Parts: sequence; C-alpha cells; structure tokens
Amino acid sequence: MRMTFVVNGLSRTLDAPPLARLLDILRGPLGLTGTKEGCGEGECGSCTVLLDGVPVNACLVVAGQCDGRKILTVEGLASKDALSDLQEAFVKEGGAQCGICTPGVLMAAHALLAANPQPGEGEIRESIAGNICRCTGYQRIVESIRNAAKEQATREPG
Amino acid sequence: MALVGRSVPRADGPAKVTGTARYVDDLTRPGVLLGATLRSPVARGRLRGIRRDPSFDWTGVTVVTAEDVPVNVVALIEEDQPVLASDDIRHAYEPIALVAAEDPVRLARALRALTPEIDPLPPILTIADALGRKTQIHGPDNIFATYRISKGDAAKAIAESAVRLTGTYRTHHQEQLYIEPQGMLAFWDARGAHLVGSLQCPFYVHKGVMRTFSLDDAHVDVTQAVTGGGFGGKEEYPTLLALHALLLAKKSGRPVKMIYDRQEDIEATTKRHPCEVTISSGCDREGNLSAVSVRIVMDGGAYVTLTPVVLSRGALHAAGAYRWEHVAIEAIAVATNTPPNGAFRGFGAPQTIWAIERHMDRIARELSADPLALREKNLLRVGDTTPTGQFLKESVGVQRCVEEARKASGWDRKRAALGPAAVARPVSAILRRPAPGGSASRKARGIGASVFLHGAGFTGSGERKLKGRVAIDMFRILKEKKPRFTIRTASTDIGQGTETVFRQIAAEALWVSMDRVDFATPSTATVPDSGPTVASRTVMIVGSILESAARDLFARIEQNRQDHGGSFDDAALRLIARDGTIVSEKTYETPADLVWDDATYRGDAYPVFGWGCDIAEVEVDLDTFETTVIGFWVAQDVGKAINPVLCKGQIEGGTLQAIGWALNEKMVIQDGKILNARMTNYVVPTSLDAPRFTTILVEDPYSKGPGGGAKGIGEAPMDGGAPAIAAAIEHATGIVRDDLPLLPEDLFAAGRTGP
Repeated sequence: MRMTFVVNGLSRTLDAPPLARLLDILRGPLGLTGTKEGCGEGECGSCTVLLDGVPVNACLVVAGQCDGRKILTVEGLASKDALSDLQEAFVKEGGAQCGICTPGVLMAAHALLAANPQPGEGEIRESIAGNICRCTGYQRIVESIRNAAKEQATREPG
Repeated sequence: MALVGRSVPRADGPAKVTGTARYVDDLTRPGVLLGATLRSPVARGRLRGIRRDPSFDWTGVTVVTAEDVPVNVVALIEEDQPVLASDDIRHAYEPIALVAAEDPVRLARALRALTPEIDPLPPILTIADALGRKTQIHGPDNIFATYRISKGDAAKAIAESAVRLTGTYRTHHQEQLYIEPQGMLAFWDARGAHLVGSLQCPFYVHKGVMRTFSLDDAHVDVTQAVTGGGFGGKEEYPTLLALHALLLAKKSGRPVKMIYDRQEDIEATTKRHPCEVTISSGCDREGNLSAVSVRIVMDGGAYVTLTPVVLSRGALHAAGAYRWEHVAIEAIAVATNTPPNGAFRGFGAPQTIWAIERHMDRIARELSADPLALREKNLLRVGDTTPTGQFLKESVGVQRCVEEARKASGWDRKRAALGPAAVARPVSAILRRPAPGGSASRKARGIGASVFLHGAGFTGSGERKLKGRVAIDMFRILKEKKPRFTIRTASTDIGQGTETVFRQIAAEALWVSMDRVDFATPSTATVPDSGPTVASRTVMIVGSILESAARDLFARIEQNRQDHGGSFDDAALRLIARDGTIVSEKTYETPADLVWDDATYRGDAYPVFGWGCDIAEVEVDLDTFETTVIGFWVAQDVGKAINPVLCKGQIEGGTLQAIGWALNEKMVIQDGKILNARMTNYVVPTSLDAPRFTTILVEDPYSKGPGGGAKGIGEAPMDGGAPAIAAAIEHATGIVRDDLPLLPEDLFAAGRTGP
C-alpha cells in the first residue's frame, strides 16, 4: 500500500504493507531509530510517538492507519541548533539514565505540556503512567518535566 | 573549579534525548542475518535429537546445534553450563539450537520447523526438594556452594539470653526488567571475532569467546553499545548470547544480530535468587543484642553461573548493620531445574537484609520497643568488628542516616499519632474494623523503617586478584592550542552515569575543564581490563584508579612546566611533541591493611561499607489490601557524592526496584515454566505507583575513595526498601509478613492465617 505521512514536519511517501507496525516503518524504511521497542505489546511505552498530537504506542498502531496523518518522533523535538526545554531539562535534572525509555517519556511529556503548560505533579505522573522507567524511580523525570514547564513559562509570557 | 560535588549535566544526555544514541538494535551491517534460539519446553530431560521438518524450504537458513560448538562450555566461575544442550536438559528454556535467516518471518517459520525430541525426567523445582535429594541433579547433594562465618559462640550465647526469638523469612524471584532487552551483533573477519552488544562487562564476554572458540585475546573484540539498563542482568548473561550470535555468524559467514523479545528475555535470562533465611537471636529485655545464628539457603537454578559469589555476599550481610558479640552464619546454595539465577543489583544482600530487618521488627514486637530506637541502640560504630572480625576503621555514617531519616520523615510524631503497631489479628477482624476517624475509605496508615549496609567493591581478596587497570591518554588534535584527554576503561555506563562521573574525577585531578576529557567506548581491543561493572565498585574502585592515573599525568606535566617554564598547556604540548600521545595507566593497589582469608572467611570482607536508613509511610486499603506508598525517606551514607543529581537518581531508582519487589513483582512458576513472562503480567511500578522520595545524602568520607571520599552506592538502595514497606504495613494493619512479596492476595492470606 502506498501511503504518505508527515513525519517531523517532512512529507514522506512509501510503499508498505498496511498492517506493518508503525514502529517498524519508523525504525526501518524511515531510519528513525530514536523510537525504541521494549515489549512489543503496548505496556512499556518506549515506542510512544505523537499521532496528530496524541501519544500512541507505535508498536500497536499499523501503518495503514497513519496515511495522511502527522507523526512526531523524538528526532523532531529539537530545533536545528537547540534542544527543546524538555530535552534540556532531562539532561540537567537526571531525567534520563540508561535512556531507552527517554524518547517515549519525552513524547508523552511533550503532549502534556502542549495541552497543559503548567501541570501539577499529579498531572505529570498521570501523563507518563504509560511509560515504564526502570532506572530513575520517576522522581527526576517528574522534576525534569516540571522544570521544563517553568522554563517555558518564563520564556513565553502569557 | 571544583567539578567534584557538582551536578554537571550528564555527558551522554544530549544523544539520549535526541534519539541519536545507538543501542544494539539500532545498529546493522551489510548482509546481516537475524538469529533466534530453539529452547527446551520442559524443565528436565534427555535430548534425543532435533527433528527438521523436511517439507520446509531450508534454503538460506542457518541452523547451529551442539555439534557446531568448538568447546561447548560457558566460561564463568565453573564450566558446567553448555553453550547449547547436547544431551541433558536442565531447565525450561535451555537453548538447544540456533537459527538465522534474512527476515523475521522466515526466521520464525524456520524456528517452528525444528522440534526438539526430549524424554522428560522428573525435575527438582524447590529448595526443599533439592535439599531432600528427591533426585540427584548436581553432585552428590544438589549443593553448589556452602559458606560459614563464625564469631564467638552463638549457640551458647543465645541459650543464655533472656529473650530468644526465631523466625524464617523468604524472598522470591525478581526480574531485572531493564527496558532494553538483551541483544548482540556478531561478525567475523580476518582479525577474528567481533561483538557489539548490550552488556555490562566486556571482558567477561571476551573471556567466554576465547574459551569456546579457542582464540587468543588479540582475536576477540567486544564492544559495548549504548546499553539500556542492566541491574546485573547484563553481567554474565551476555556471554551466552554473544556465543550464540558468533556461532551463527561463523556458520553462515554473515553478520548476525540477535535481539530477544520481551517474553524470551524474561523466560531465559537470569533472575534474583529466591532465598530462605532462618534467624535465631538472643538479647536482653532492654533490647541489647547479643548473639545471632543465621541459616541461609538460596536457589541457584540449573547452573552455577555466579551463585557462589551471590551467596557469599548474602552471608556477609546477614547480620545486618548491628553489633553482635556472637555470630554463626551458614549459607548454602542448591541446584534446581529452573533457569539459572544470577546477578541482580544487591547480589544476595537484599535477601538477607530482608530477613534480618524483619527479625529486628520481630524483636521490637516482642519487647514492645520502638523499632527504630531498637535499631539505633545496636548500630555498628567506628571501632566495632563485623561477623568476619573486620575492624571498622572509618566511614560508618549509619547513625547519621538514622537521625536524618527519622527527622525528615517525622517518625516520632507519626508513630505517636498513629500509635504502636496494630495488634496482629485475623483478616475477618480487619475486615470488620471500622474506618479510622469515621471516614468511608477504610484505609489504615503506618510507618516503618529499615537500616542497612552494603559492602562496596569486590568481596574479600577479589580486587587484589583482579588488579583492575585504567588508562588516560593525553594527545593533541592538529593545530589545537590545548591538549585533550581520553579515559580508557572497561567500566561501562549502563545508565548510572559512569561517563559523566569519570570525566568529573579526571578533569578535577588534571585541573582542566570537562569538555577536554573524552570517554572512550569500552572495547576490549582498546581499553585495559578495569574489571566488571558490578559490585558498587565503578566509582569507588575504578574511579580511584582513574584519579590516580590522572594525578600521575598531572605531576608529569607540572614537572615539565617547572623544568621548562610556560603554562600547563605549554608543558603538556611539549611532552606530546617529544613523546607523542602520553599514556598514563594505573593498576589498582589494594590498601595494604586489608586482610582477608578465603579459607576461614575471616578478615576485611570489603574495603568499606555504604550505610542507609529507609522510612516508608503507607496506606493500606482494608477492603482490597492494596498498599499505597505515600511517603518514602532515604538517607544514605555515600562517602562523597561526586554528582549529587546522578547519585540521588541511583538511590531513588534502586529504592523503587526494592519497592516493586515488595509490592508489585511476582514471578509465577509452574512445572519450572514462567507463567507471566510479559510486561502485561509481570508488573513493575509506574509513575503512579512510585512515591515521592525524600533523598538525603550523608557524606562520611572513605579515605581511599576518589573525589575526596566516594563510596559505592549503586546497590545499597536495593537493600532497605522491602523491609521498610513490610514494617509500615505491619504498623498499619497488624499483618506480619515474613515472606515476600506483599501483594494484596499475600496480605489477605497472611491476615487469614495470622503470624
């Protein structure tokens, strides 16, 4: 099946079986290996990407469903010369340790801050509840997201 | 510039947050094949053969069996484990054959076209059956290893004590559940065998490959890819996976990549040893401890792997952080027909610390004493001796840990407000108990504590035998005005932050900025053997070798500056112009005053100990028996925190693994097979299960630690979490659990039978 996605702002057209997992399309033909596979059954959240702005597990979404839609992956978060506030905060505050869950956590957090720029701790924890991290105990991740929200607020008044 | 003690951002952070860090599954090579493993469906049996479906088109498929293995042993402590089973099947999921093909669909079909023909035999599945010698599966007695530690006369002292108590405490399997499954990429060329993989210990894999393929060390190159967590699970296991991938690569003549899926990873790889500990103690009515006798039995699984070392560490921690005049410890590891158990953060200590801490609560219950006050009264101090006769010379920060945790958690106020532990009562009474304060929720609160220690570095004479090495190179990039430095070590960063902390240590010792110090990718072809990335030894031991190598280099540059003038950089560039790249390599020097006797288990078991106190506050739902951790306080004596943010990250992450072990994680095994080998049903804590941690770094420096006194910190956080949670549940409900885990059904069952 011929399909077209807008991936990280770029339009990409390719031929793929409609039932191929979005995860395999991203990591294979599109060469975007930043999205990780941890379980293949939608439990760990490592493969979280945004489909039209909504977090999904790329291991549970089939390519055919994405035709004509917008996909954002971890490779699309930084601008040409700077990390995003979230990425910066994760580096500084210890939000990333081994880093394998990090892309998925960042995507979930990105969707949260887009919808709710000043979330409380409970909302932050809820937003990443589908992302398993075995390294951090989550506290540094929560701090990272909270600091990114603060940073964003100081930069974009109102 | 004071780099040490500062939370500099992690060096590998930018690559990890942009998705450019390359893990093994992100790597490929031209012509790469995918590999898979045929495994035993039964726990024990005789392998008669492997049937290949003649109707399957085998073109382009490579099959490897035991006959293809040059030397069919996995070189670890012993050589009892085959790379591929040839006749005896000793555990479910034991590898029998390997398959490689170009695409995953062909690979899966080829795997299904192979059928192992096995005559099943009755397996040994429990510690009791192994000890009862129901069947002989290892040696004459099914015993892998035995250790004994003795000080004074424990039996006599217990008999003479006013308060004598005995209890048995059990712990269960735990899966490491690193989020990146095991994976390895292998290929051969004129220079021999090459491996790139997800691993903790490049030189363990190196040794195993040399042995199985009879290669010398120059013909084996093992490189660590960015590794998505290990927790011990990628200590010894990757050797087996590397051998498998190399066998397929050799026979097919192509590169081979093997990546486990989650189910295979949980089923086939090592787990934490289940353990049974029986403790008898004697003390007076005031709670002054006198004597303890401990018997430990661990389930090693089907092969020896690292079991003796795990058992030894368990035994050395079994008396806890307390002063006992008389100690007798006996530790045994048995063989069973279950997948081999192996390294997991804590390495035997969480099991025995669980036991001694639950036993301390038993004593407190008997004496109606405050559990924290009882512990405080008996804490080890500088000048005391441990069960092996180790004289504690320095860096015993446990008293401060208890004080800090007690204060931060509001222990005294909360214990006073909540009252003494709820009286143990049958579950029927709990179910009838009215809600506290007349609220409708019927939830009970409690607060509990644990105190723990963790020996940092290898046990006994381990470091003396190993002689870990680290190098730091100084070189000049063309036309640059300043020298650059590269750290070469086999210590891997698997998330803990080795790359960052090592740069801090080296840059500080050299008086240069961190951006001039690189960290070489650990590859056995280019880095010296610093020993494995295990045993809370990376910063404390390997970091101290690095610090010493960097100081030597600094002294050489400084001497040149004094001799010939100019700046530090001038002097460094002069040295490089004269001699080329300057290499400063150092070997670990075990402190001369450390003495250990392997035969008697007497002496300095560890160079130094880390110490800690955990306090947990929980709320237990009296209808569902679900436990919510509403507060958690950790105070840990780390000697010196080189990077406080990374240090706290280790402590919080390790503590949550301990909480998960207690409240969420339960491996269900039937007939030697794992029934919940998926993330859907082997449940680890999420962000909503995790409490907010209050993490307090206590710094009681170790005189030989780098950066002004750093000690090992990686494993200690795994030791105290579970017993603190159990104590809090007991305080809240009166349900006394001596066995892990503490899932709602376990609390319900315990409440039904009573303590």
